[in-house]
Amino acid sequence: MSNESHRISPSTNPYSSEDGSVRAELSAIDASIRTAALFFVVSAIGWLMIGTVLALMAAFKSHDPDFLGAYEWLTFGRVRSAHLNAMAFGWANNVIFAVGLWIMARLCRSTVDHKGILLIAGISWNIGVTIGVLGILRGEITSVEWLEIPQYATPMLALSYALIGVWGVMAFRFRKGDHVYVSQWYILAALFWFPWLYIVAQAMIIWFPARGVVQAVVNWWFAHNVLGLWLTPMALATVYYVIPKVLGRPIHSYYLSVLGFWSLAIFYNWAGMHHLIGGPVPVWLVSAGIVASVMMVIPVIVVGLNHHMTVVGRHREVWRSPTLRFAVFGAISYTITSLIGSSMALRSVNEVTHFTHFTVGHAHQGVYAFFTMVMFGGVYYMMPRLLKREWPSAGLISLHFWAASIGITIMIVALHVGGWIQGLQMNNSEIPFIETVENTVPWLKARSVSGLLLTVGHVAFAINFFWMLFAAGAVRSRQEPTLLTKERKPV
Amino acid sequence: MKNLPTLFCGIFFALAFSFSGLILTGHIQLGGLEPSTETLVPSDDDPNVMVMEEGQTRYPLPLSGIAQQGKQVYIELGCIYCHTQQIRRPGFGADIERGWGLRQTVARDYVRQDRVLLGTMRTGPDLAHVGGRYAGDAGRDWNHLHLYNPQTVSPGSTMPPYPFLYETREIINEPSPKALDFPADSEYAPPPGYEIVPTRRAEALVEYLLSLRVDYSLPEAPIPE
Ligand code: HEC
Repeated sequence: MSNESHRISPSTNPYSSEDGSVRAELSAIDASIRTAALFFVVSAIGWLMIGTVLALMAAFKSHDPDFLGAYEWLTFGRVRSAHLNAMAFGWANNVIFAVGLWIMARLCRSTVDHKGILLIAGISWNIGVTIGVLGILRGEITSVEWLEIPQYATPMLALSYALIGVWGVMAFRFRKGDHVYVSQWYILAALFWFPWLYIVAQAMIIWFPARGVVQAVVNWWFAHNVLGLWLTPMALATVYYVIPKVLGRPIHSYYLSVLGFWSLAIFYNWAGMHHLIGGPVPVWLVSAGIVASVMMVIPVIVVGLNHHMTVVGRHREVWRSPTLRFAVFGAISYTITSLIGSSMALRSVNEVTHFTHFTVGHAHQGVYAFFTMVMFGGVYYMMPRLLKREWPSAGLISLHFWAASIGITIMIVALHVGGWIQGLQMNNSEIPFIETVENTVPWLKARSVSGLLLTVGHVAFAINFFWMLFAAGAVRSRQEPTLLTKERKPV
Repeated sequence: MKNLPTLFCGIFFALAFSFSGLILTGHIQLGGLEPSTETLVPSDDDPNVMVMEEGQTRYPLPLSGIAQQGKQVYIELGCIYCHTQQIRRPGFGADIERGWGLRQTVARDYVRQDRVLLGTMRTGPDLAHVGGRYAGDAGRDWNHLHLYNPQTVSPGSTMPPYPFLYETREIINEPSPKALDFPADSEYAPPPGYEIVPTRRAEALVEYLLSLRVDYSLPEAPIPE
């Protein structure tokens, strides 16, 4: 074996772990969650594809409004919202249920009992999302951002979530061993925060509407926290799990992990009010949001530093491992997007970026460049262990990586630059409004190009995934993990 | 971290803190806000206390029935994803300079709305006061042409067309008085012998748009002279 491959931790290879008994235990846990986890990943990928098609339609419409313009159910407001909900509740939640619960089970060293319930809850979650997305396209959309799913579908979602989430909490309750790892804090907290946010938002906006702009306050408390207290902790838990696993090296600093976790828990959930800067709400509310947004610099720097110090000096392995290539891309994006986010909360910056495509770019940097890329990494790590098979094609993984990373970079640059210009021009009343609209068009076209690239990546991912899932015979014979760069010949 | 009660409490209080700080406190401060007269007068009992004027209209006004239906159409079609309904104060952005309103909007402007549509995106202009810009029959006609296909009146617009809110039909006897009145050489005009008429939903939507006007003062937000 060459030196190079020796430096990849044995744990990249699911068949070999130094310690036989640990391996057997993990194997038993993996086996117990396999069906449910596979169901969630398959659903996640299904929604990813649906969400991608909806996204492309919305993107084309934004510069070519007559495109599919005659169909009411495909009008911009609806496809765009169907896209968001398919991605948030279909892709993101399913992939969280798969990867997050799997990591939780492994870290708690508890096998999954009552898998039937988990599976049924998973199925009903997906039925709920399907009803919701169809409802949006049919026009029963609520027009409340991030809560577009019609009222009749949400109790089903809440109920299925409760069954799924409780399962994660139970795994934690019956965990073995003393040590609680940082990923477990994040997952446990997120499993608890999400339903609280969702139920309050549903209650105060949809079921028993609060008076006037209180709704907007609840709306942005919810919507920003879906990112901050649900997607973010789950993705960070994944990063914290896969980096040490693949590199075979512990997280740099326990204390930074603690600090990062608690500062996120304390500051993030006030930050959403920055969406209302300049709006018809009391100034103190907005100021609280601004302060919290700026304080977010602490968890972001701390977590970034911790991750960086863990991988430092091992960049070649990061580059070779599909898992880490994606996860580290995501982790770096987290730092960048969060710092941009903090500065967007400053009133002087917000005056320009608010109400423009800049915000859309920022959202995609968070949800895609960070969250989704990390979760791709998580799936690349989890699948070989669940199926005891390797990814069939390194080429497709590479294609996925390049299409996704270049695609999302183009999107982020286009929307940030285009949005900034849009904001500056909008604030200059000497420029006729229609001109500012026309000036966004080239940037929106660039966004469509980026969308096509992302689509290529997603298709490559899906092909590789289903190839792995179904083409068992051919794939099973591979013994070595699928890595992305060739080993160098020993000198 | 081994001390689990601490972990649990921390997780709980982190969110409880912002929930009470933002949501409950916000609700306490704003949840009881009522419509008001444009100005306040000193109370008869205690001249230091300002009260609403007896017999004066209280703003904001409720929506008419048809406008309320139009709001539902606005919600169903997702206009909010490109249009805000909030006017920022002078000096912050150019909302007033662009003629999007006469004054900034404040919390009280929204107290009658069962669904608040502040919005966060301005692909198109703010609509909080759009009824002040397009009013009366001329405003109605403009909005119908615009909704049928924005290119008719705003070439270069990226706003989607809403042709499904209109019906194209053969003119049987007389043309309908409601038929859209296209500019002479418009490429969107129907072929000769046909006319395009708004459906009930289009009519409701336009009534809603015309009703969006912030042309009244509030004690905390007077329209500057
Ligand atoms: C994809 C974004 C988009 C959507 C969705 C959208 N609009 Fe627009 N809207 C625009 C743009 C851009 C303009 C400015 C150019 C123009 O006048 O068409 C505009 C202008 C307007 C105007 C004229 C405002 C003014 O001050 O001149 C009105 C009224 C309007 N839209 C109403 C609506 C309604 C009602 C809906 C929902 C049925 C809607 N819009 C949906 C983008 C959008």
